[in-house]
Amino acid sequence: MNTPPTSRPAEESFAVRKATRPAWDVLSERALEILIYLCGISAIVFVLGIFFFVFKEALPILGNSHFSLTQFLFSDQWYPTSELNKRYGVFAMIAGTFSVTALAMLIAVPFGLGAAIYISEFCSGRTKETLKVVIELLAAIPSVVWGFIGLTVMSRLIVNYTGAPVGVNILNGGIILALMSVPIIVSIGEDALKAVPDSYREAGLALGATRWQLVRRVLLPAAKTGLLAAVLLGVGRGVGETMAVLMATGHAVHIPHGIFDSVRTLTANIAAELGEAPANSDHYRVLFLTGVLLFALTFIVNLAADLVVRGIRRR
Amino acid sequence: MFAITPHVRRKQRHETIAKWVFFGMAASMIVPLVLIIGYLVERAWPSLSLGFLIDVPARGMKEGGVWPALVGTIYLVVLSLAVSAPVGVLAAVYLNEYARDNWFNRIINLAVINLAGVPSIVHALFGLGAFVYAARFGYSIISASLTLAIMTLPVIIASTREALASVPRTFREACWNVGATRWQTIKAVVLPNSISGILTGIILQVSRAAGETAPIMFTGAVFFKAVQKGDFFPYRLHEQCMALSMHLYTLSTQVPGVKESVPFATAVLLLGAVILVNATAIILRGYLRARKKW
Repeated sequence: MNTPPTSRPAEESFAVRKATRPAWDVLSERALEILIYLCGISAIVFVLGIFFFVFKEALPILGNSHFSLTQFLFSDQWYPTSELNKRYGVFAMIAGTFSVTALAMLIAVPFGLGAAIYISEFCSGRTKETLKVVIELLAAIPSVVWGFIGLTVMSRLIVNYTGAPVGVNILNGGIILALMSVPIIVSIGEDALKAVPDSYREAGLALGATRWQLVRRVLLPAAKTGLLAAVLLGVGRGVGETMAVLMATGHAVHIPHGIFDSVRTLTANIAAELGEAPANSDHYRVLFLTGVLLFALTFIVNLAADLVVRGIRRR
Repeated sequence: MFAITPHVRRKQRHETIAKWVFFGMAASMIVPLVLIIGYLVERAWPSLSLGFLIDVPARGMKEGGVWPALVGTIYLVVLSLAVSAPVGVLAAVYLNEYARDNWFNRIINLAVINLAGVPSIVHALFGLGAFVYAARFGYSIISASLTLAIMTLPVIIASTREALASVPRTFREACWNVGATRWQTIKAVVLPNSISGILTGIILQVSRAAGETAPIMFTGAVFFKAVQKGDFFPYRLHEQCMALSMHLYTLSTQVPGVKESVPFATAVLLLGAVILVNATAIILRGYLRARKKW
């Protein structure tokens, strides 16, 4: 770009400079901005793409006369490879997903929120930074490693200490899933507590409240929607988790009666059987339909979490 | 006048109890894990050596090293981030620098959030339907990398946006006032001032892409592939490859009679690599944050 001579008046030099900006420069900038726009809308394209492609593979089964959607959702009979009596009911898997996720949340929510309160309110400086880094590293452990821990370490502990016949069951999956969802609950929960204005804390402390009284009477009520969002995101993670529950919950397709029963979740069912189902067979399409169901479930949970967070911001 | 009344004493006792209960909750999430990792390392010890990294699996994967899986993971990570990093950064630039607050952009935000929440197995189904069958890439490194790319994309968008948003608005205004266009401002002021945050976010996704199993299981990763020892370029892009995460799953569930320390060593290797990458990103972030001038 040529610099205009300094002797010219300011206004004129501005005009000259604008006029001499090369055409290719303007054009390439325009092209780049179009590229940026296209990348910007890519997220929408991908979400719609995921729905489209997963639904497209599942669609033909809905028109099949042997298949009924009510049976799919409410029957616990899953015999996809049977010769005479094929049954595609995923209710047992839905029960599996919900029991494992519910147990995980029962453990992870109190511990996660407790840890978030400790990190946010009861410690400071170096301890706080260290704990946050450890939590961040926890979140990075791959789910297949969690599954391996469940399969080897946790299952042995469960057999030794509870006398359960098999170590891979709801309890195992629940503990593993709880350890996996704690980091997300802690980090979102801590954000929610951090978002409470310091003036609330100061007002409470000035009245002579202890930290615990402050947490119970002021911070928890003030941060409750943010904490709810943290829990919802934990649930979303639990429902969608695949490898860890595939390896840690055992492989029994039935409705569980206690926490020592083995179960199979919706995600694990897809992961376990997709490799064996021939492309475009009914079995294959039912697995994709399960994918649609999972997509819808996590979509609703995440949407709810987002609405909750948005509600806070508006206030 | 300031004598300790029973009420105050009770209050202080509750305070101490609460503090230790919350401390216990935080500790009980961390301590068992440290013990478990220690146990994994101990069990893996007989196999942990440099030879484990560069050897190929032997005797039907029952012994030997993990070289083909390690190289496959590197292929997948590099290719997937080569796609998701530029797209993600540009998308974040759009959302943070160009987008106005209207319904369309709110829908984009919603899409990013939901893309981040899609279960990994649904990504696998999408990869299978879209890349393997519809785009006819077949079961290949390309299909697997693209699937991983779409999975890492929303997180890269989110972290880049955060980095861009931390550049003060006054910096941009100063640049606009000397007559720079929007893009010139982004290139000269916004990106140089946020590059560290952007890089940290991308590095964190390296470990995520390396650890994921479900999305690559049905799109391009394979149980076993014969590879020469020490071969750096054993795979072509339209072929399938092995991957560390998949290898760990295979060893621990599908192969009977594996030498005991081998799956443990694979788990420790995967865990070590992920923690190393993340620790690097965290240290880098701390260093750059300390140097920040505003």
